[in-house]
Amino acid sequence: MSSPMSTPGGKRGRPSNPSTPATSPPAQRRRGQPSSNGDLPLMPTSPPTDMPDPLQDTSLFSSPRRSVLPSEVDMSSPLIGARGTPARQRPDLGSVRKSKQVDLQSEPSAADGAAAAEQPAGQRLVIWGTDVNVATCKEKFQRFLQRFIDPSSKEDENSCLDLNEPLYMQKLEEISIVGDPVLNINCGHVSSFDAELYRQLVCYPQEVIPTFDMAVNELFFERFPDSILEHQIQVRPYNALKTRNMRSLNPEDIDQLITISGMVIRTSQLIPEMQEAFFQCAVCAFSARVEVDRGRIAEPAVCRNCNTTHSLALIHNRSMFSDKQMVKIQESPEDMPAGQTPHTTVVYAHNDLVDKVQPGDRINITGIYRAVPMRVNPRQSNVKSVYKTHIDVIHFRKTDEKRLHGQDDENEQRLFTEARVQTLRELAAKPDVYDRLSSALAPSIYEHEDIKKGILLQLFGGTRKDFSQTGRGNFRAEVNILLCGDPGTSKSQLLQYVFNLVPRGQYTSGKGSSAVGLTAYIMKDPETRQTVLQTGALVLSDNGICCIDEFDKMSDSTRSVLHEVMEQQTLSIAKAGIICQLNARTSILAAANPVESQWNPKKTTIENIQLPHTLLSRFDLIFLMLDPQDEAYDRKLAHHLVSLYYQSEEQLEEENLDMAVLKDFIAYARSYIQPKLSEEAGQALIEAYVEMRKVGSGRGMVSAYPRQLESLIRLAEAHAKVRFSDKVETIDVEEAKRLHREALKQSATDPRTGFVDISILTTGMSATARKRKEEITAALKKMLQSRTKTPVMKFQQLFDDLRGQSETAITKDQFEEALKALCDEDYLTISGKTIRLAT
Amino acid sequence: MPSTNDWINNPLGVVEEMFGKIQVETLPHDSYNTVPSLNDVPLHYLKPNSLVKFRCLIQDMFDPEFYMGAYDTVDPSTKAKVLRCGKYKDVTECGVDLDSANMVTSERQTFYCVPIPGESPWVKEISSCARVVPSTSYVPSRQKRSYEDDDEDDMDTQPQAQGTPAAAEAQGNGDSKRQETEAPSGQKASSPPLDLNFPLPGEKGPACLVKVYADWDSFKLNDTMEVYGILSVSPALSALSDQSDTSSSLILDPAECMETAEELRVHSPPASLVPRLHLIHTQRLAHNNPLLPPAALEDTLASTLGEMVSVRAELLAYFTQLLLGDVLAAEYLLLHLISNVYARRDVIPLGKFTLNLSGCPATAGPAYTEQLYCALQQLVPSAYRLSMTLQNMNQLRLVPRKDYVANRLLSGALQLAANTSLYLDETQLEQGQLDPAGVRNITALGNVISWQKVDYDFNYHQMEFPSNINVLIASEGRSLLPSDCHVHLQPQVTPPNMEAYLGSALTAQSSSQLNKFRLYLTMARTLDYSISEEVTKAVEDDFVDMRKDDPQSISADDLHSLLGVARLLCLSLGQSALSTDAWSRAKHIETLRKSRSEPQGCLNGNEP
Repeated sequence: MSSPMSTPGGKRGRPSNPSTPATSPPAQRRRGQPSSNGDLPLMPTSPPTDMPDPLQDTSLFSSPRRSVLPSEVDMSSPLIGARGTPARQRPDLGSVRKSKQVDLQSEPSAADGAAAAEQPAGQRLVIWGTDVNVATCKEKFQRFLQRFIDPSSKEDENSCLDLNEPLYMQKLEEISIVGDPVLNINCGHVSSFDAELYRQLVCYPQEVIPTFDMAVNELFFERFPDSILEHQIQVRPYNALKTRNMRSLNPEDIDQLITISGMVIRTSQLIPEMQEAFFQCAVCAFSARVEVDRGRIAEPAVCRNCNTTHSLALIHNRSMFSDKQMVKIQESPEDMPAGQTPHTTVVYAHNDLVDKVQPGDRINITGIYRAVPMRVNPRQSNVKSVYKTHIDVIHFRKTDEKRLHGQDDENEQRLFTEARVQTLRELAAKPDVYDRLSSALAPSIYEHEDIKKGILLQLFGGTRKDFSQTGRGNFRAEVNILLCGDPGTSKSQLLQYVFNLVPRGQYTSGKGSSAVGLTAYIMKDPETRQTVLQTGALVLSDNGICCIDEFDKMSDSTRSVLHEVMEQQTLSIAKAGIICQLNARTSILAAANPVESQWNPKKTTIENIQLPHTLLSRFDLIFLMLDPQDEAYDRKLAHHLVSLYYQSEEQLEEENLDMAVLKDFIAYARSYIQPKLSEEAGQALIEAYVEMRKVGSGRGMVSAYPRQLESLIRLAEAHAKVRFSDKVETIDVEEAKRLHREALKQSATDPRTGFVDISILTTGMSATARKRKEEITAALKKMLQSRTKTPVMKFQQLFDDLRGQSETAITKDQFEEALKALCDEDYLTISGKTIRLAT
Repeated sequence: MPSTNDWINNPLGVVEEMFGKIQVETLPHDSYNTVPSLNDVPLHYLKPNSLVKFRCLIQDMFDPEFYMGAYDTVDPSTKAKVLRCGKYKDVTECGVDLDSANMVTSERQTFYCVPIPGESPWVKEISSCARVVPSTSYVPSRQKRSYEDDDEDDMDTQPQAQGTPAAAEAQGNGDSKRQETEAPSGQKASSPPLDLNFPLPGEKGPACLVKVYADWDSFKLNDTMEVYGILSVSPALSALSDQSDTSSSLILDPAECMETAEELRVHSPPASLVPRLHLIHTQRLAHNNPLLPPAALEDTLASTLGEMVSVRAELLAYFTQLLLGDVLAAEYLLLHLISNVYARRDVIPLGKFTLNLSGCPATAGPAYTEQLYCALQQLVPSAYRLSMTLQNMNQLRLVPRKDYVANRLLSGALQLAANTSLYLDETQLEQGQLDPAGVRNITALGNVISWQKVDYDFNYHQMEFPSNINVLIASEGRSLLPSDCHVHLQPQVTPPNMEAYLGSALTAQSSSQLNKFRLYLTMARTLDYSISEEVTKAVEDDFVDMRKDDPQSISADDLHSLLGVARLLCLSLGQSALSTDAWSRAKHIETLRKSRSEPQGCLNGNEP
């Protein structure tokens, strides 16, 4: 229960008294047993850190008292100006109490004294057990606060601050205005400003952080003497680079400041932890306060005032409690080696950090790692040789909190080492990087070079653009791809591969997914009776790729939710009283089988896969995966497959390495490369678009729409990303054009004419087919006009008559379509099998 | 140099002796066979703190724990300090000086291990017979009596257990032994019996908490291994869970009250039920066939390779008899049993060979499929028959799930060791509705078959664990699950009494014959395989030719399965390289097989 003023530092080091012999650095003593030192009188039962000032303690329950005299606060209190502001205990730092200390008193302090004597008297004062000199540390930290500038800061919480002014001074100003007495300090900043200070902070957080507290408060009340805060400012460092991964925690981290990432899996109820018991004598009403010592209270047997035995009773509501909560965190799935189960760690949150996180949150935790020995039985002296470990949390930071409303959270997701970035850059500088990467993609699947290239570009994605100011909202940056083709052409394998490659991928099958499974559903939590929004595959793959197999088997209602996702990249939900719009910035990689098991080359894509053209036009690239049925191809394919069956382990290893490189390459490019269109590239795109329009206009049809232009831009940007280039250049546009043309050639070729016809995809019907339809309709109308005397006709008879009249064959479908067109013109009505002319 | 006997009876003494001199603890090699095994010997016959071995599967991995690696103890009377080693122990000696400068904190990892799920009875039998010289007082023949009398005259067995001089030395542990045996009964009265979390229902055997001191990153979930370690059954360990209801001071301990009762029960179960094993040596098991001990692998391989062809013929004849005279199905069954996922290319597991045996005579009821399973169980080291009744599909937990309250991985029937035979009996499936859990179970089975992976449910996310399970589906019509190969059974004989027919086929095999088969199946699986340049060329030509005639006749997928069949054919003949003969034979049996299932060919190409 240490208040910043009664910190171990303040007590042990006695910075106010420079003539006190200093104690030596830790030397041979282990950390974690801070305790008595030479110059303090022994304090039986109660550890020094837990000596609160009686007057101070009331601050938790009563309103701040202004009459506290500084001399009463602490002998070394630096807070001369802080009269009005009560200190607040920091149980997050003070849990030394829980470690064993009672035996320490028997430890001869002579060793310390001897060591201290060797020290030159003067300013070389350090806190016992560390090499921290309080005065120097304070001074350094104040200098850091006053001077540190980070002009390149990208953190959003600094967004409204002037980056060229000292960052933390602005934050202090903010505190004086807002009144939230917490100062978050990025350890990265400390490290870049003063490496030595950073080292001390990480190694001796228990001593250094209270020192920081002192320093901040001194500085704050000097600057804003009139401000009144709820309690004194507490420093909360975060982003200590000591440890990133729960798995790498080891005994050396005990009592150090660490930062780990993980996922909250369980939170306990709030635990009121007694800090100090209040006893009152039943006879004379004399009160006594007793410290909680290692979870136990020594009940006074005799009243000191009236000497009655066993007259003291515990008064609960005058005892002092602090809030505490146990939070269990688990390694996040990305950090884990394959084939092992995730580790969990217990975290204790104190005071206002209680209830800050919920199960399921991804968080970064900064705190002090603790280990406490366990007793087999409280009444037995032999100890279980195992320690219990936990982390006393100092700072929580949610890593995914911005996902629902923010823009980019990819920046902080992955950290690359210098060497890794170097290799990636080298790879990107190679002229054939594009081909290399595409061949590293799913090497077990043979050929289909263009499809792999398309998927590669999809993995990189375009640049996210924001046009919300001009009223159009976000432009889609994600590339959507549809694969259709014969069964057994390893479409599913490609999908599986992509799903395994990207960090935030989802794999669903059209057959098994429902609309709610894709979007989100509302659930009543059985315990809390709260309505909870459970997200589906599309929302879960935000910023990732959603692979949908058997796209054609999906029900219409399910497919309809895709319309919004595939263009607007959002999902609107209105159910159970919850109306919201979720981000679903996901790329879609879908695979569909033709309706008649085998691809019918005589039919258009639409006819083959029977998907609505409104949906098809939202795919940037549609590839056909067909069996090429060509001898050379067969031979190569056979060779490829046979080699799968006897390749040695080493070759397999090599490929695994490739996959890791590929993963990093994509992640790096996605987060750091944001290419912009160059002037020439813009021109090239315009030309390409005009050209595409021209091709069609010659035959009286439109062969390109703005959507195609947008696709081209996205593909060109993605290609620039592959090259790690910040500019989209002409070569990128060339490749985008080529790929787009390739895909079109496959999917939008009119089987009747052999021309590429984009209207197959955009309107579901080729221009020639439309022309034919008009011709038939006209012929039918003419025929009907010629026999106005019989206003009622049989369907079959009319069909036969029309067929007899026409030179080309007319299918029943075509006939029906023509009838329907005339029906729409109100020329005739159809009822069952009879056709009646409208009069 | 400590003798083997020292190692077995007083390993801690050996370690203590070595501590401070050399830090390498090595076990004499010849001693492996003399170590008593937890699999065969009931726990209460084993001496605490002796060396035991345990053949097991890692079912769950707990969090690493920090312990006192070395510490000082102070004698209260003489104040003399002694440096002690904390390794391989759960509880420290009395009088620990917590503030000593010599205290070293070290880290160790705990694994929750269970006996290999679905281990066939013959494996247990053979490995317990192979055990030499019980160094404990336990005599297998006494087993029966002691089980019966356990409750009344526990004291009776005590003196015998302490008969050896070594046991007498460990007199201090005598009382504890009594407590252990009594603990379970006391436990039952107060709280529900502890779920030992075995993957398969109806399994028996001890579970173990194995403490690993080095190199724990190399262990993976579902690894099978034989561990040699120091048995620790100190009642002090169970005290933790016993006391949770009585001791009030325990509640006050801030470090203690944070864990739920369930978590405590799971992580510190009574040592009498879940003993602790402090690992000294591990031996990874590629297979658990006791007939082929890893040490003798090379020799056995060389001596039996020549016999493989003849054993194969005998085995084929046996299978033909079992499959009512269907030679082709028998051949496929043989290939299926030696299949093994030997590599993975990106996401594709290579070498899996899921067989769907359709057309199982349903008239005889479940008798046929059951008997067939019994016959297979006699041949493979571990197997499990999952009867796909609607009730089972809806209620069984197939996929392991993380229980965050108790902080452990609740096992499921698909948490199986590598090369376990999973026998899915689809003839048991009747019409009805699958609930969401049932659909998930079917999906999980499909994933195992197609991708050889199981997605463990971690509530907030799923985690993929690779598996290597041989799945055999017995069904009437074509199975609703995907499969690599579908053979429709064409019985040549129709015995009037199916049960008697199969029963006689089963009993006709002598145990030496069965052992030959068992050895053969395991051996064929371990062989290497390669394809030479020439054969590659021949296969290519063949493929191109076949496509030229009729492009529809063979697709890339067909080539895949053809290559798979050819590989298994070669291995079954003891050949380690593909020959053109084997290739044409593979083509031949594939054509035969396809011609059988032709009428049931699928529409719309929705092959899984």
